[in-house]
Amino acid sequence: MEWLVFAPLAAMALATALLVVILRNPIYCALSLVGTFFALSGLYLLLQAQFIAVVQVIVYAGAIMVLFLFVIMLLDVGHEPPPWLRRDAPRLALGIGLVALLLLELAVAIGSKVSHGVRGSYTSELVNAVGNTQLIGRLLFTDFVIPFEITSVILLIAIVGVMVLARR
Amino acid sequence: MTGTVPLNAYLILSAALFAIGVIGVLIRRNALIIFMAIELMLNAVNLSFVAFSRFLASMDGQIIVFFVMAVAAAEVALGLAIIIALYRNKESVNVDEINLLRG
Repeated sequence: MEWLVFAPLAAMALATALLVVILRNPIYCALSLVGTFFALSGLYLLLQAQFIAVVQVIVYAGAIMVLFLFVIMLLDVGHEPPPWLRRDAPRLALGIGLVALLLLELAVAIGSKVSHGVRGSYTSELVNAVGNTQLIGRLLFTDFVIPFEITSVILLIAIVGVMVLARR
Repeated sequence: MTGTVPLNAYLILSAALFAIGVIGVLIRRNALIIFMAIELMLNAVNLSFVAFSRFLASMDGQIIVFFVMAVAAAEVALGLAIIIALYRNKESVNVDEINLLRG
């Protein structure tokens, strides 16, 4: 049964991700990236990470992509020429070959069955009994409270930095 | 096509998404689209984190994804501000034309 949910979502994630790289118009790229984010959000639901799935839609598909679309429309960037018409096409082919090698290496590493570590105590039953969001909230304010506070400082620095950079 | 989806399926999907992101950074010349490809790579890694979190019965992966998202939001805001500043200087977001630091 899980495959019936996983396969369409995975296909949608891969197809929209490819469109981000292929399409010429930046607006279409951004919209197809929204599709990738929604597919990944569905996969997070399948993995019983409800909080992360909702945050994915709110933060990525909501805030970040609105920012991207805003800047694309603000700057009015034109279409770029297709990659095979560029002067550095041989180097480009070399780069894509290296990516293919990376993918092959990843596939070998994943296929070698070493990807299993120490199991934790948050079993599916416990997560369903307590609630995914409650568990994340509890951990954020106990074990991970220092990184949580540092994150708020990072966001503050980002706000100040953006004000400085984008000022005339 | 029955039963649960194994961890390896998620990891292979994540690796494929990451490779697509790398290709995007390599073949595109629009700084905005290179930035989107970087977001794609971040999301590919997030998918592996959540998948491991589920299959190893641990919440740490989901906590780390939460922090990655917060840092990604800060990174996007700063990156887009840099792109706007570059556009003001060069009237272009093509990375081939941006060589301000060339000696």
